[in-house]
Formats: sequence, structure tokens, C-alpha cells
Amino acid sequence: MKPGIVLFPGINRERDMAIALERAFGHAPRMVWHTETDLGDLDLLVLPGGFSYGDYLRCGAMAAQAPVMGAVRAHVARGGYVLGVCNGFQILTEAALLPGALLRNAGLRFISADCHLRVERTDTAFTAHWQPGAVFRAPMAHGDGNYFADAATLDRLEGENLVAFRYATAGGEVTAAANRNGSARAIAGILSPNLRVLGLMPHPEDLVDRLLGGEDGAPLFTALAAA
Amino acid sequence: MTQRPIDAALARDFGLSEEEYARALAIMGRALTLAELGVFSVMWSEHCSYKSSRNFLRQLPTKAPWVIHGPGENAGVVEIGHGLACVFKMESHNHPSFIEPYQGAATGVGGILRDVFTMGARPIANLNALRFGDPRHPVTRRIVDGVVRGIGGYGNCVGVPTVGGEINFHPAFNGNPLVNAMTVGVAPIDRIFLSAAAGVGNPVVYVGSKTGRDGIHGATMASAEFGRDAEEKRPTVQVGDPFTEKLLIEACLELMRTDAIVAIQDMGAAGLTSSSVEMAGKGGVGIDLDLDAVPQRETGMSAYEMLLSESQERMLMVLRPERAEAARAIFEKWQLDFAVIGRITDTGRFVARHQGRVEADIPLAPLADQAPLYQRPTAEGTKPAELPAARVENRWGLAEALERLLGCPDLCSRAWVWEQYDSTIGGQTVKRPGAADAAVVRIEGQAMALALTTDCTPRYCAADPEAGGRQAVAEAWRNLTATGARPLAVTDNLNFGNPEKPEVMGSFAAAIRGMASACEALNFPVVSGNVSLYNETEGRPILPTPAIGGVGVIDDAAAAVGIALGPWLDLVLVGQSRGWLGQSLWLREIAGREDGAPPPVDLAAERAAGDFVRGLILNGTVRACHDVADGGLLVAVAEMAMAGNVGVRLSTGPREVPGHAYWFGEDQGRYLLAVPEAASVVRAAEAAGVAAVRIGHSGGADLTLPDGGTISVVRLRAAHEAFFPAFMGS
Repeated sequence: MKPGIVLFPGINRERDMAIALERAFGHAPRMVWHTETDLGDLDLLVLPGGFSYGDYLRCGAMAAQAPVMGAVRAHVARGGYVLGVCNGFQILTEAALLPGALLRNAGLRFISADCHLRVERTDTAFTAHWQPGAVFRAPMAHGDGNYFADAATLDRLEGENLVAFRYATAGGEVTAAANRNGSARAIAGILSPNLRVLGLMPHPEDLVDRLLGGEDGAPLFTALAAA
Repeated sequence: MTQRPIDAALARDFGLSEEEYARALAIMGRALTLAELGVFSVMWSEHCSYKSSRNFLRQLPTKAPWVIHGPGENAGVVEIGHGLACVFKMESHNHPSFIEPYQGAATGVGGILRDVFTMGARPIANLNALRFGDPRHPVTRRIVDGVVRGIGGYGNCVGVPTVGGEINFHPAFNGNPLVNAMTVGVAPIDRIFLSAAAGVGNPVVYVGSKTGRDGIHGATMASAEFGRDAEEKRPTVQVGDPFTEKLLIEACLELMRTDAIVAIQDMGAAGLTSSSVEMAGKGGVGIDLDLDAVPQRETGMSAYEMLLSESQERMLMVLRPERAEAARAIFEKWQLDFAVIGRITDTGRFVARHQGRVEADIPLAPLADQAPLYQRPTAEGTKPAELPAARVENRWGLAEALERLLGCPDLCSRAWVWEQYDSTIGGQTVKRPGAADAAVVRIEGQAMALALTTDCTPRYCAADPEAGGRQAVAEAWRNLTATGARPLAVTDNLNFGNPEKPEVMGSFAAAIRGMASACEALNFPVVSGNVSLYNETEGRPILPTPAIGGVGVIDDAAAAVGIALGPWLDLVLVGQSRGWLGQSLWLREIAGREDGAPPPVDLAAERAAGDFVRGLILNGTVRACHDVADGGLLVAVAEMAMAGNVGVRLSTGPREVPGHAYWFGEDQGRYLLAVPEAASVVRAAEAAGVAAVRIGHSGGADLTLPDGGTISVVRLRAAHEAFFPAFMGS
């Protein structure tokens, strides 16, 4: 699988993502500029974290209109893989490639802290390297990670088993205290119906090295590399 | 404003004394234009000219074999090995942060970032040293909230991890908080960019944000005390745009991979004026600016406004003419303004033209050479007497005192603050805030890491500025050492009151003396810094605060240790404990007294203990290490226990020192080591001539104290973590 990272102005976690991808794939990802319209033979597009266009409008709203997004949509329509992390997840919702929206954190403050994510299904290209029921740690770093969708959408996501990760305790229990940004039904990440598009708020790419505190995030990337 | 006559009265409002104005007139030999008066007033402001402090700063050691550029450049540069250099500096944004806490702090971060990437370094970490007023004072909460949001808002967006710093509270900062921001970057050693302009005819290029009317005379505002009218100075505060800064970083670093740049400097304090004057002055050339070409955000701006604006996220460059178009393409790719606004000349003059008129024409050499330099009178206060431990009554059990100390504003957990700063971005943060005595950030693609800290104990400096200045440098050196790093160099941020008051200047002189002695003895030179004077409100100065930013290097990031204690380890105390209670937090928080002499630093013992500890860390003996600082030994033990979530059983202290003084005294030069087995470490210390003693063993869930008391780690943590959420929560 050939990975590429889409760069919008103001994106700032592209280096972290490139390191994590290179560790798992054995080669560096291609960097795709926001004005490009031809993605070539890329199989996996990653929309990394940051503050695209400063997030001076709604988070991700400007990036969702960037020239490259036409190619991203075509890639999704072809059944290509897309991973959106943090600002990338926000962009995917603003582009309506995933449902719902990311609102201000419940406490109205930026949260930079480790959280625990419970893996809700392991039969996808993104999650195949976790055991069923696995819980992993990942840093979160966002001001707008409070997942919101109307009740019908949430029911559909759950009914179709499209919730990929939930905020939980280290023991895997979903509690209000573990859901620090206040996300609806503790949703941290969701999948598209064809299971090819994943958006999540926390940063597995920042926990792929024992020296930096652990390799909890590595299975996401090794699973993609093996898919 | 432009209607007023250009005279001594206007000059005074611009911050120039009568004598300084007369000197400007003599240099010019004619009446000044408004723009020229503006240029003189900002270039000769305390903030830009260091006219009160320069004489003293010369005493600081600035050289070592690894120092590439010391003070005088945009930031200090030291060699760290593998063909790389570390570029770093700390700078204050105190006055703006009081007037408008969010933007004041945010633009402080933005400004110091530019000082570092303008030299060709990619910023890899930010730290900040913050001093706030009494938590009970009505404005403190608003200022803490705004400053923390501002630092996070800027740093998180620009994508540089905020990895460390410090926070103190004291009533002396009620009307004048301190916001000292530090940035650390890394550059190839042969690709360092300087600011001296060269090449007659070369284009002067403006890049970044457009110029607006914000921050006009910010440098002058930062060179005056506050009165009751501080609120009215809000228009002098700049507004930050971290998104543009992020683009500017990437565009500048991309351009720096080419050979287009002759010289580059950010437009910081005094904006276009100071950057162009300094670049031309350093290069011994002249500069001719066409202000009509300056990208402008507002219409109808005058020459005076454009020259004095402190709009953020702007850089000035001198380019090789044949590379100018390639440079333009890079900035256009990043959607940033790029404008040729002038040429380098051989006239030695600063000339600014606007709408067909010469608005300023000033000879550069006298503007620099005849800048005011004052030998301010100094009066040093008498040093307080030592406070023998036996003369301090103790009515409190160790557990009770410890629980209260851990919950006090100066010692409590800062997690509430850190959690608003992105500390992991970049994917290289080895030791996050609170995990070790210094932050440890690996260098991308390398095994080595930098250790980073900021330190100062203002209450020590207030009691004895010389001892306090020495202690601040020693503590920074100690905190770097405690991770296993080799301390390299220092950036300083000297925050004091009104230099025209002899007692303020006396404390400044004494603090410098103390710092210099420690820098000398520890081979820890000062390579960059910033002086912030006039930190007073309504005549009351702040506590003297010479904040020290320290940088060290550790060749193998995997060898770095943190403070988290593991189970079944011996705790060894390295260094001498005499039970020094003077100016300790126990004395203030528990006994309700703020007196005595601060703890002295024995620099020879400091160095011996530090070198011994570093050696043990690097040979793998040490599992965790924590310096003994604010709150003393028992607080240090508790901090290690809380970080590792494990209990400790402590042994009885020495007979000759009263228990409360032994466990809470703040004797300097001490470390706590967690090791598998104490005896061999104690023997090695003896051989090295360093004091060391086993003080306890880890295990279980409680702290078992030598006076018979017991307290659980869970309870300690509850006390430790309560303050900030309760203070800031609702």
C-alpha cells in the first residue's frame, strides 16, 4: 500500500505522521500539496492534525474546500483508504465524507493529555492488529474534539457498527470522566460504511516509540501496512 | 497626534528625556520629523537600547568552546554535535500580558519563535516562566486564564510543543505579571543566518503579514512603569496570528535551504525601524526604504505609523538580487506577502521615503554610538541574617506540613496548565512536563536529545539578589543534570523594577554578580537574553526575577531519567543537608514567616555533586532522579512517589539537625536518586568527595515518615492536584 499525506496550510502534525507511517511501511509517504489534483497511485491518503488555515472559520471548513479535496473525494469514491486524524477528522466531517461534527471540548479548553481508546471492531484495515476489546493509550491534543451528531445519525453509526474507537478508562470502561471532551456516546473515531475511511481525534502517531512512552499507537499503522 | 509640534514635550511623551532629545537634535543638526522622533525614541528606549543594563551585562561570562554565537545576535547558538547547533533565547512580554493577557502572552510566544527561526533553526520546543500575583487578588485569575490560553493558542497552532517552564505566585506581581517565553531550535551548524546587511544595491525584502496600526510604540510602553491608566495602553498591544507564523516558519526554512539570503531579521519590538536600523548598522551600510511598497492592512497609514508598528509575523531580509524571484515564488507558494521595500546603500544613513517625501534621514553610526548609556546609581540592601533552625518553632507533624505544602499554589500540580499546551507535537518529546526535572526533546533523526529548563526563585532574589542570582543559575544546571544531560549554556531574562531607583539597580547589579559567579564556576555561559525593566505598578516593584533558561545535551535520549519512582528501590540523598529554613516554602506556608537569608550555593560542591550524579545516570545505575528544591527533601520524596505511584518508608534523619529543618530545609546542591542498591552508590560518592546517604526505600502505597506519621500517596495526590482546578474551575 502506498501512503500519502495531504498538506493544507497550517497543518502541523505531518512530520509526526510521516515518522509513524515510515516505521510501519518501511518507506516514506508522499507529501501531497493542497493544490494538487492528481494523486497518482496512492492507496492511502492521510489527513493529519493541525490548524488548517488557522481554523479561523469552523475547524476544517476551509480545508474541505481546497483544490485537492476533489481528488480526495474521487479516491474515496473509488474505494481508496483515507485516515483523518484530529484536524484531518474535522476536515472529513466538513467535507461530508464522514457524518457529524466536532464541537468545542465540553470544558471549553484545549486538552493535551493521554487518553485511552477502546477498539470497537477489529475486522477493518485500520484496526486488524488489535485484539477484540483492546484498549490503547494515545495523546489527545485538541480544542474541538467533542463529537456531535443527531440521534438518528448516532443510532445509524452504532447500528451499522461504524464506531471505531470510544474514550474509555484503562480498563476499557466507558465513563463520563474518561470522555473528557464530552463526545456524544464517547465516540473518538468513526468509519465510513465501506470501512475505508477512518476519522479519529487522538494521535496514535505520537505513540509509536517506546522511548517516547510506548508503542500503543503502532497497530493502526502496521495494520494499514499489511492491508 | 500628528498635529502636535515636534518638540521636547512630545519627545517626553515618546519616552525620551530632555537630554536624550537634545542629543538627537545635535546628531541631526536640524528639527526632527515625526517619523525621526519616533525612530530615536524607540531605538533609545530601554527595551531596545539596554541603556541602563549594558554596563552590568558585560560581567556575564559568554564564552565556551561550544559557543558559536553569544549575546548580540537574535538568539544564542551552541554546538551540540553531529553537525548541529542549538539556537535559543528567552524574552519577556510582561507589560503587554498585564494589559491584554491573551494577546500579550500569545505574541510573546510568536516573537521568541521568530528570534530563533530567523537564524535558520527549526523551533523544536517552547517553555515559559510565569509569575502571577496573589491568587486571592481579584485580577489574578483573569490573568492566569488569559496567559495560559494565549500561550496555548499560539504554540498549539504553530505546532511547536510547549514542554516546560515554571509558575510562581506572589503579591508583588499583582499589577505586573511576568511572562517570559523561551524557544529552542536546531539548525545545521554551517547554515546559521545572521542579521548584518551587506551588498550595496541588494534588495531589502519584507515578508509575512501586512502592517497595521497595532502595537505602535510597544517598545516605549515596555520601557515605562504602569500607573492607573494601564488599561488605556491596550492599543499598544499587538495581535498574534499563529497560522501566518506557521507559514512564515515553513517559507523561511525553505528559502534558507537556498543561498538567496544575505541577512535576515524578524520585525519584533519597534518593528520595521529596529530591524532595518540594526541590520544596516551591524553591516556598516546604509538602507533606503520605500514605505509605499510596504504591504499594508489599513489605508492611510503615515510613515510614522509604518515605522513604529509592531504588527506581528513579519520578517525583513536582504537578498542576493539574482535570487529574489526564486524567493518570491517560495513565499507566494506559502501565500505570504513578499515585497521589495528598499535597497542597501553605501551612505551609512537610514532613509525612509513615503509618497514622494523623505520622512526620515538619520545617520546610523551616531544613532548607535551615541545611544544613551547610563551608569545608574546602585544601592544594595543589607543582607538578611541567617535564620538558625533552632530558632523556628515547629508545631506541625511532618505529614500535616507535607500535605499543606504540596497543595500550596507554588508547589501544587501544574497539570491544569500543561494540559492546555500541546507537549507531544513533533513526535520527539521524551520527557513531558512534570516527568523529569527538565524537559527532554529528542532531535529528529538523531539519538541525542536536548534537556531544557527555566528556573528562578524570586523570593530568594528579593532577600539577597546575589545569592538568588547564583541559585537560579545553579538550579537550572542541576535540573539539566538530573536528567543525565550535560549543561551547555544559558539564556537569561532579567525582570526588575525601575532602574532609576538605586535600590532596584542595586539588586540588578547584585543578581548579575551572583549569576556570573555560577556561570563561571559551572562553565555554563550566557549566550542570549533579554532585560525587562520598569516592572512596577504605582511605584511598587516586582520581586527581582532573573529567570534562567538552561539547555543541555544528552547523547543518547534513551539514557535520560525522570522523577517517577519505581517500587523496591533505595533512595539516596546526594549533597549536604544543614536544615536551611531561611526563605523556605515551609517557613512561609507553614510557619507563616518570610525571613532569613536564602540558602547559599557552594559552587564547588554543586559541581562535584552534579558531575557525580550525571556519571551515575549515564552508566545506568540510576532509575529516577529529582533535585531537591522548593519545599525541601520531603517534598522531593513526595513528588517522586506521586509520579511513580508508589510509597516510601523513610529513615530517621541526622540527630544534629531538627526534623522539620532536615525534611523541609532548602539546602542547595542536592539530588535524590532511586537506585537498586544504595551501599555501592554511597561508597562511590565517598570516593568522589560527595556527601551521600540512604534515606529510605520505596514500596507499598504510603509515605511512612520518621516521626511516626503516615500518609497515603493517593491522599498526597489529592492535595497536590486540588488547587488549580478549584482556583480556575468555576
